[in-house]
Amino acid sequence: MIKYIFKRLMYILVALFVIVSLTFFLMRIAPGSPFASEKSLSPEIEAALQAEYGLDNPWYVQYKDYLISTAKFDFGESMKYKGRSTNDMISESFPISLTLGIEAMILAVGLGVLIGVVTALYHNRFPDYLGTTIAVLGISVPSFILAGLLQYFVGLEMKLLPISGWNGFAYSIMPALAIAITHMGFIAKLVRSSMLEQNSSEYVKMARAKGLGKWTTVFKHTLRNALLPVVTYLGPLFAGVITGSFIIEQIFAIPGLGKYFVTSITNRDYTVIMGTTVFYSIILLFAVLIVDIIYGFVDPRINLKGGKK
Amino acid sequence: MNQPKQEIQKISKEKFNIVGGRHEQTEQLAETSVSFWKEVRIRFSHNKLAIVGFVILIIVALMAIFVPFLSPYSYKENLGAYNAAPSSKYWFGTDDLGRDVFVRVWIGARISLFIGITAAVIDLIIGVAWGSISGLVGGRVDDIMMRIADVLTAVPYLLVVIILLVVLQPGLVPMIIALSITGWVNMARIVRGEVLSIKNREFVLAARTLGAGTGHIIMKHLVPNALGAILVTMTLTIPSAIFTESFLSYLGLGVTQPMASWGTMASDGNNALDTAPWRLIFPAILISITIFAFNAVGDGLRDALDPKLRK
Repeated sequence: MIKYIFKRLMYILVALFVIVSLTFFLMRIAPGSPFASEKSLSPEIEAALQAEYGLDNPWYVQYKDYLISTAKFDFGESMKYKGRSTNDMISESFPISLTLGIEAMILAVGLGVLIGVVTALYHNRFPDYLGTTIAVLGISVPSFILAGLLQYFVGLEMKLLPISGWNGFAYSIMPALAIAITHMGFIAKLVRSSMLEQNSSEYVKMARAKGLGKWTTVFKHTLRNALLPVVTYLGPLFAGVITGSFIIEQIFAIPGLGKYFVTSITNRDYTVIMGTTVFYSIILLFAVLIVDIIYGFVDPRINLKGGKK
Repeated sequence: MNQPKQEIQKISKEKFNIVGGRHEQTEQLAETSVSFWKEVRIRFSHNKLAIVGFVILIIVALMAIFVPFLSPYSYKENLGAYNAAPSSKYWFGTDDLGRDVFVRVWIGARISLFIGITAAVIDLIIGVAWGSISGLVGGRVDDIMMRIADVLTAVPYLLVVIILLVVLQPGLVPMIIALSITGWVNMARIVRGEVLSIKNREFVLAARTLGAGTGHIIMKHLVPNALGAILVTMTLTIPSAIFTESFLSYLGLGVTQPMASWGTMASDGNNALDTAPWRLIFPAILISITIFAFNAVGDGLRDALDPKLRK
């Protein structure tokens, strides 16, 4: 177990190094400059700005400085917004993204499992067809499309929920739903097929033969085993929720980290791009590791000994 | 135990009748034998959802090919009607620059299908080469090649794609490069798994003994046997590539104006929701239907190819 975690941590370090280096070199060859919008810059000021951010040094010095400061989690000051450090931006906006993300994950897992269980219990009857249709729709409709449609029908036409902004719980419902829907569909499909698989197994027949009711069997026996695949899906779910937030926060004008990331890309704000990328990568890599470890605990059939998968 | 005594009735010989052997039937096969691919086709055609998906794909492909030729309007032409609602003249309405949405939607279909299929083909080529070499050669080479793949999977896919597109400038070719730069890893893994399970079988040994080279074995023996798994992975790669393309176009990192793609159209449409909702709704329906259709066909193929489901 320890050996396995250690091995995985090594992978994470290598992957982080690749990402950090990749972002650095890609940003260097990227066209466009963060100072481009301030048009009438005299050569002296431009040179001073370059010196301020260390852009006049040769690349290997910049690379070395960059690696050192990244290792210290110091991503420097935004090149676009004077006096705002990338770390401040992250610590300010990440909690918002986190709230939204957790809400979306609860929605995805909760609704997904519910639909999955209901469809499996009413296999080949009306609730099954209805639930499967919802799941398939959820998988097929991209989050940003759903966001637009929700804004139009629920926000604009029915005036049930605020269209955009971030000002309390009501504002988070539509964005969270938009992020969650695809994953809800996947989870519903997963739960349905694994529930159906479990239903034909001996222990379920035994429970039924003992005279346990339908729902008692589900909660005491089937669901526990049927939820295993959902645990494996938590890793991709986490990644999906984060990337989903890039676009959803943009659409709903939510001041979260995803929005900053996208804005920093359009602004060519190098320090912010690199900072958020590294930050996102760390979160994603560790999330996947934690999910794998949890899976090892939940499913005794899996042993994490660092062997080949 | 006292069993009741049973009287055994005597049956007279006349009641029996000699039937004789059914010689003409003993040599017959139980069922007509069908080839593996025919069986797959039969099983696929029994899957209603997969057939629906297949038909949708054919319709979308045909429309994407022919509508831009046959339509009286071009995708970048200003027709003088701005944000006009759908009518018999402009079936899907027009956008803020007076362009016909119907034509633009099918131009967008061309782009999406092209990007999806190209990305899948590139994944296929790199993935099959990487996976089969890694699986076939084994040992050190396999270790190194798979470690590289491991690191690439650990790198968050969309972050890399976004950063690459920022650097390469938005466009069609950069999009395809960005999509396939980490996309092939999945295919390589699957092909390697198949290769490992096939390579020690007798027919491969026989080919080796007859002096066949590695390239010959890959192309003639490994690929045909792994074809099912490869095909399914490919069909399921396409919708995710289409999704990623529209996602990136939505962020403004996709094809540039006046070219149309579903993502850019939906993004523009979203900004004009209150005045011209059709500009969002039509591309939205098409993206969703196409992704659904590819997924349905992929799932259907997987079920059809699964030997466990063979009857």
